[in-house]
Amino acid sequence: METESGVLTGEHFLSGNEACAEGALAAGCRFFAGYPITPSTEVAEHLAERLPEVGGIFIQMEDELASMNAILGAAWAGQKTMSATSGPGFSLMMENFGLGVMTETPCVIVNVQRGGPSTGLPTLVGQADMMQARWGSHGPYEVIALSPSSPQECFDFTIKAFNLSEQYRTPVLVMSDEVVGHMTEKVVIPSADKIKLTQRRTPRVPPDKYLPYEPDPDGVPQMAIAGQGYRMHITGLTHDIKGYPVITEEAQVALIERLVQKIRKNRDKIEEYEEVECEGADVIVCSYGISARISQLAVETARAEGMKVGVLRLIVAWPFPEKKIDELAGKVKGFVVPEINCGQMVLEVERCAHGKAKVILVPHAGGGTHNPDKILDAIRRAAA
Amino acid sequence: MIEQQTCTMVEHHPMDVLLRQDRIPHIWCSGCGLGTSLTAFISAVKDSGIPLDKMSVVSGIGCTGRVAGYLNLDSFHTTHGRALPFAVGLHLGNPCLKVIVFSGDGDLIAIGGNHFIHSARRNMDMTVICVNNFNYGMTGGQGAPTTPIGAKSTTTPYGNFEFPFSIPYLAAASGATYVARWTSLDTRRLKKSMQEAILKRGFSVVEVISPCPTLYGRFNRLGTGLDMLKTYQENTVIKHGADPASVAIGKDGKIIVGKFVDIERPTFLDMMKQGLGAKFKIPCLERDVDKTEIPREDE
Repeated sequence: METESGVLTGEHFLSGNEACAEGALAAGCRFFAGYPITPSTEVAEHLAERLPEVGGIFIQMEDELASMNAILGAAWAGQKTMSATSGPGFSLMMENFGLGVMTETPCVIVNVQRGGPSTGLPTLVGQADMMQARWGSHGPYEVIALSPSSPQECFDFTIKAFNLSEQYRTPVLVMSDEVVGHMTEKVVIPSADKIKLTQRRTPRVPPDKYLPYEPDPDGVPQMAIAGQGYRMHITGLTHDIKGYPVITEEAQVALIERLVQKIRKNRDKIEEYEEVECEGADVIVCSYGISARISQLAVETARAEGMKVGVLRLIVAWPFPEKKIDELAGKVKGFVVPEINCGQMVLEVERCAHGKAKVILVPHAGGGTHNPDKILDAIRRAAA
Repeated sequence: MIEQQTCTMVEHHPMDVLLRQDRIPHIWCSGCGLGTSLTAFISAVKDSGIPLDKMSVVSGIGCTGRVAGYLNLDSFHTTHGRALPFAVGLHLGNPCLKVIVFSGDGDLIAIGGNHFIHSARRNMDMTVICVNNFNYGMTGGQGAPTTPIGAKSTTTPYGNFEFPFSIPYLAAASGATYVARWTSLDTRRLKKSMQEAILKRGFSVVEVISPCPTLYGRFNRLGTGLDMLKTYQENTVIKHGADPASVAIGKDGKIIVGKFVDIERPTFLDMMKQGLGAKFKIPCLERDVDKTEIPREDE
């Protein structure tokens, strides 16, 4: 049963990609701009059908550069906006992801990761865009990225991504992957009144008093929308609190410091992970997305063999849970990090473990998921 | 009896209401045509009758890209080439807004060329003001997709040997409903065209041929900004309704100006409404401005 709010309340059998689309609608997204790309296309296809039903707009743009810009433009028209893509399109979006960060524009981008580099493996899984998610656009900035492991989480985390983007006024990434995007499972969609939504803070002052980039105490400024008389100027150039370009070292330091700190200072509120049996563990398997699910068999086998294995599953991959890893590193023998790339998030685990524990990468170049035996082998080595 | 006229001092320039005073002086060079283009634009905006709070201007990067920053409207200075897709989002996010893209030839036709043809193809209901100075001014005078054959720039030191785009032809062929070209010398006609374009339903394009004496003019020995305007004066030919295929600009020779295209064609949202039928729920398709009468000037 659908309510006017676009929430498809009930139990459904949905793919991860469809669940992302429904999550967006439930979060209040009424504008989607995208470009077809495997394995994310179902997000666009689903929204092409669903958005008109709820008074929203779906547009297929000429490329991902355009898609990214269109969702920024629509966000300034007051909409909650989203795009979805995969590796090659994600690379194109990076240009104006930076514009979104710089202009503090809330929006959500779903990246259904596939094997790369370049065209790579369009139909097969990868998790190799995790560092691109963190650093892919030029310049210094912080990013928020979530990593779903199931269709249910695709639904839940897309809503979470919208809430974070509205809260912190920044583009937020949902780093899904081909397996999670295409697997079909039960997805429970609650009634609209059970879904907690965050809305961007709008100006609390009249236009003549409004300064577009004067931050609230948490570092986040109030956001006017076009057409309401605020007559704001928004630029990708380094700017002052009026939003005017100022090409100086001082302006750069002040702006970037705030953009970075609005995420860093709030990281305790943003970071999220799932901890299973980490207390008293000798080995922690730290993973995310589909690799976290694949690890489960290895973890259970290791426990049956008598090893004390905990699981730290990243829900929010960026900002990375630095303190948690540091704290665990002092108590365990080692970390095992399975991921479908040649070593990305493992670098963060190593950095945050500060040499206090072994860190073992279980790499996979992509195209498939890990053989759990390899993860089990790494757990044994970590425990030794 | 002759009535005595008295002069009164006014504290503000009539353009002030649309300029961000705290951002003046602007960065443009002496002799550049951007000031005139902006003046014509401001007059067109004021006379269009569209409430200023409902108007947004989007620019890309470059000398012309700075226009958005001087206008006291909701104004967006986006990335290089991306003004149009940003504007598409803004327009579809709130169709009640009048969205105008004001940018340069390199921004709109080179790096943003794909967005330009696709926005025209879809007939997005917005206006594009494209200031064409035949080169990249902001980065020091490099060749552009508009640089005429034989013209020199820092990246065409032996003279340009690439075929250029003719902007009106590209716009018309891609589906624009309104296409006009003037030089920055034709201030009154330019203003009138801008006003018509702003009030036109569909994808309307006004190309402004503009002197860049600092770079393009210097490399090609075209003299000062004033000399370049004199050249325009001597070499422009007004040909309303000219076939857009026939208005290409060479290094020397005549510049054909005028209103080339003024047709009716359903906009993107008109087509969406037709295509979606009862499912179409987007409000605000009929802007009040569609009923505004355009003041006519005698030619």
